[in-house]
Amino acid sequence: MKRIKILCPTGHLAFTPMEKESFAAGCRERPDFIVADAGSCDMGPRPLGADTHVSLEAWQRHDLEAMLLAARALGVPMIVGSASDTGTDRGVDQFVGLIRDIARQHRLAPFRLAAIYAEIEVAELERRRAAGVRIEGLDGRAPADAATLARTSRAVAVMNAEPIVAALRAGAEVVIAGRSSDCALFAAPLLLHGFSPAIAYYTGKLMECASFCAEPYMAKESILGEVEGEAVWLTPMHPAQRCTPASIAGHSMYERADPFHEYVAGGVVDMTLCRYEQSGPRTTRASGAAFRADAEVRVKVEGSGLVGQRRLAVVGIRDPYTISLIDDAIAWARGKIAERFGPPGPSRYDVFFHRYGDRGVMRDLEPRRNAPAHELGLVVEVIAPDPRVAEEVAALAARNLFYARLPQVKGTAGTAALMSDEILIGEPGYVWTLNHLLPVGSATEPFRTVMTTIDVTPAKEPA
Amino acid sequence: MADTLRDLASTIRSKNAGPDNITFDVIFRDRANFERVRDSGALSRAAVAALYDIPPARIVNFDVIDAASAIKFTIRRLQPSGTPGESDVFGSQQYAPLFDVVIP
Repeated sequence: MKRIKILCPTGHLAFTPMEKESFAAGCRERPDFIVADAGSCDMGPRPLGADTHVSLEAWQRHDLEAMLLAARALGVPMIVGSASDTGTDRGVDQFVGLIRDIARQHRLAPFRLAAIYAEIEVAELERRRAAGVRIEGLDGRAPADAATLARTSRAVAVMNAEPIVAALRAGAEVVIAGRSSDCALFAAPLLLHGFSPAIAYYTGKLMECASFCAEPYMAKESILGEVEGEAVWLTPMHPAQRCTPASIAGHSMYERADPFHEYVAGGVVDMTLCRYEQSGPRTTRASGAAFRADAEVRVKVEGSGLVGQRRLAVVGIRDPYTISLIDDAIAWARGKIAERFGPPGPSRYDVFFHRYGDRGVMRDLEPRRNAPAHELGLVVEVIAPDPRVAEEVAALAARNLFYARLPQVKGTAGTAALMSDEILIGEPGYVWTLNHLLPVGSATEPFRTVMTTIDVTPAKEPA
Repeated sequence: MADTLRDLASTIRSKNAGPDNITFDVIFRDRANFERVRDSGALSRAAVAALYDIPPARIVNFDVIDAASAIKFTIRRLQPSGTPGESDVFGSQQYAPLFDVVIP
């Protein structure tokens, strides 16, 4: 029976640099594919909306270099998805550029590269919507309407395995994919080799965060998955980690609302009946997943929209009297802002008083109320379309916490400690406008693949 | 004797599940501890809603997972992650109140 080995070195390429020792150990197991996801929507909407990356380019180069050199030395394909954190076209092009640079630096022999683009123009989404396509909302969201799309700066479609399978079948030795479902990156080589969608996607779900499926807790260490028939054997490549039934079962529910079902474009992986068995000192066998295909193929679409420019100020409060009347002090500051700019609103400004030491982390979910710490750290966050307004509102907020008029105050030289009397320039604010499902003609239809040969042998270099 | 969830569970965590949800995992290494918590009713949908003082409708999933000795639930965010005013982009520090849940 056919057995395929997949090596995964990191759960989010370059979020911090991968650990090279366990990766080298994994390469000695002679994997058939080296696979890593490089993106997420966890960092919030700004990287997508602003089309930028949060992973440092030096770390992206570090991780891609390790993977590329190993894959070319072993002569096996390498697959990276959600390039450069967001999987936009910029991210794909950036990673392809890095691959080319690394190939040139190491004088690698020519290889075939597939770049798969996942960005979808907002105008194209609007065209389809206006033509009657229903773009269904996920997680309680309403279907996308014209206003939702008008608020969207940038959108990506989340690819499933099909475009990657097609690239591998066309001979790609390196696949740089735009926004992808994490598990699809691992499912693609398995589907290529004739495995069932059930074991293919299930393997992906278990492997996509690399060493998070093993214990004890370690990030950025490699995991080896060996797939045969309808089962996968998972082994950590760091010698101090173990895959156990508990660690694998625990990971199978990670960062997903529904522990038993993984939704992919075209179907759902049902993990209700999965079984986990310790098959070696550090290896666990997982099996029992089922797959049900959907009647209609829909891809997830993520979209992010700009809401304004951000300015920040940091203010500390130590006076117990001021802390006891913190709501009044903030109300005073809000009042002074409203005197100049009117009430808050999307066309004018929004101001948030983050109260560290008093529900600053948990807000509405904090059960511990009316129990502030002995000092409070206030972060004033202002968003406004006009950066000058944002700056002025932030300054009014910070200085009016300093000048708050409280009836019995004894500290009449300032009711707050300013970390520094300056307004900090933040990155622009964005919101997730789209977390939706787009019906498509096929699972490859919204994606564009460009095959190239990376040939940087010195003779071919331009003078 | 009354213990707290902190004494009995080996993993208590929270994390984004997409932009609109925060999901919570309580995982037990010890099967007896899992069964004790499961059967106590102290960690139910209603108990979680009361603990976080939210309408039960905001708990969009609540599952007891026997195969993993785990209890998992998911809370709908009031605003998508990272919206201006955000305090926990990754949703990764919302589990702390679970530590003190008393298990009879």
